[in-house]
Amino acid sequence: MTAHEIAAQVRRQRLLYRTLAGVLAHLALSGVAVLFVVPFAWLIVTSLKPLNQVFTDPLVWLPDPVMWVNYSEALTSPAFPFLRLLGNTVVYAVASTAGTIVSAVVVAYAFARLEFRGRDLLFGITLATMMLPGIVTLIPTYLLFRWLGWIGTYLPLVVPLWFGSAFNIFLLRQFMMTIPVDLTDAARIDGAGDFTTLWAIMVPLIKPALLVVGLFQFMASWNDFFGPLIYLDEASEYPLVLGLYAFRTRFGVQWHLIMAASLVVTFPIIALFFAAQRYFIEGVTMSGLKGS
Amino acid sequence: MASITPADQPPVARRAPRISKQLRRDLQAYLFLAPWLFSLLAFTAYPMFASFYFSLTKYSILNPPRWIGADNFVTMFTNDPLYWKAVANTAYYTFVSVPLSIVVALGLALLLNQRARGIGIYRTIYYLPSLMPVVASTLLWLVLLDPRLGLVNIGLQALGLPKLGWLSSADWSKPGIILMSLWTGTGSAMLIFLAGLKDVPSSLLEAAMIDGANGWQRLRHVTIPLLTPTIFFNLIMSIIASFQVFGPAYVAGDGGARQAGPLNSLLMYMLLIYRNAFRFFEMGYASALALVMFIVLVALTLVVVRSSDSWVHYEVGRR
Repeated sequence: MTAHEIAAQVRRQRLLYRTLAGVLAHLALSGVAVLFVVPFAWLIVTSLKPLNQVFTDPLVWLPDPVMWVNYSEALTSPAFPFLRLLGNTVVYAVASTAGTIVSAVVVAYAFARLEFRGRDLLFGITLATMMLPGIVTLIPTYLLFRWLGWIGTYLPLVVPLWFGSAFNIFLLRQFMMTIPVDLTDAARIDGAGDFTTLWAIMVPLIKPALLVVGLFQFMASWNDFFGPLIYLDEASEYPLVLGLYAFRTRFGVQWHLIMAASLVVTFPIIALFFAAQRYFIEGVTMSGLKGS
Repeated sequence: MASITPADQPPVARRAPRISKQLRRDLQAYLFLAPWLFSLLAFTAYPMFASFYFSLTKYSILNPPRWIGADNFVTMFTNDPLYWKAVANTAYYTFVSVPLSIVVALGLALLLNQRARGIGIYRTIYYLPSLMPVVASTLLWLVLLDPRLGLVNIGLQALGLPKLGWLSSADWSKPGIILMSLWTGTGSAMLIFLAGLKDVPSSLLEAAMIDGANGWQRLRHVTIPLLTPTIFFNLIMSIIASFQVFGPAYVAGDGGARQAGPLNSLLMYMLLIYRNAFRFFEMGYASALALVMFIVLVALTLVVVRSSDSWVHYEVGRR
């Protein structure tokens, strides 16, 4: 065998090895993916079944007939006033997202760029509150809002967010620290005030971080169950997730309709995720930065 | 916007007193901070202190709180059988689901850290369940875990395994919601692990490879030690989250109507607080329950932080 042939054989072996490794990797990846996909698939399949095919042995994987009508039935059911629930949810999610962004930007700017006495102490307190589990403040906060006459409205869920939230302040402050001081200083030398500098210079530079904060708050409010559960009392005020829960309580065994409604409630968040996947993943990763 | 920046107008009197500059800076900054300071006082400091006070009172919402000293705590520990039930359920849930979720999240991240085509699609698939609202995912799992004809049991049967009672049996209801939490709740930790894995310097792995370390040895002696800060972070986060688990227990346990799951096997601590506060309106007792949970959680976190000296490695100058 010439040296040439040996080299060729080594190359072939290496290629084989690499292909084999690739195949194994894909086998493992897709094997696990099946475990994640099957429950989702079952959600979709069940939502399209007639009721008598929901629980069967053997399992029915392809509904016959395909009941698209389940969706219109679920969404027009008086027990699941879809448009009203959707409207409530959108108002709740938008109002809390706007509040979170506006307040966190302003406060984060002060921590990132302004020099004032007590800054380190206050920032330390802010970090400490991040670790505080919500449970110890829950009951007095509820009583406070009750005293204000806010039970049965979205005010207890939205108003606090307009006053800042520790994690978002921290996140935006970290991001602002990476913006070169020269950029904001230049604006100030030109005579811009702090609000102008923040609005015209800083905000455009930290748009990705704002998007992350906004997306996560939007999703948190959309999916929020506990808050609406304790603060709202009329079914007409409910957001989608609470409406979904109430729907299930009323129609305990109509699983085909409940699955259709569940999918409808989930769908907007998944669509949002696909539209802004990069920011979602960046956001989760950023939240982990605290750890390292 | 420019019109509302008084601090930046040229000072009217150039010979103004010296204090003005620093003071003006402070005032300007505290104007920015005003909403947050208000929030810290109204939504954090006040409720924390009020929690202590209410926990020492009988407070049935309609009547003003009445001081009863430590009675709530005495009742809790000696006279409320549901209390110990909730403690046991929550401890079971935490001690099983936390390690499992860390292992699963790390395993998924390792899978995703391979160089393979279409890896982004897999990442999306693994993360997707984390986006589902808890009510929707729990309802889905009620269907999947149906003891007679649910997908999971029929799958077990097909594998020759016995069908399990899942959410309708006192023994299997907690494993049921833990299984569900592995499907819905590991996405974020997985992404954080994945970011940590990307930070493991390939030079170290190559050096280990040249020294003859196999895949398992590289994982065990290079990757995992470098990942310990991330494991530590995910561990704390998931302990805090599982102590406060509520949604799945509430939805699967039928809103805690009379029993939360069979024989109250899904009565989680948060559910107990919820019932006392918002069903029975015993605000004093509920505050005491919340306070105890808080103290236990802080203690447990401190234990983990203390122990971290011996197993979390920061030496390779990351960040």
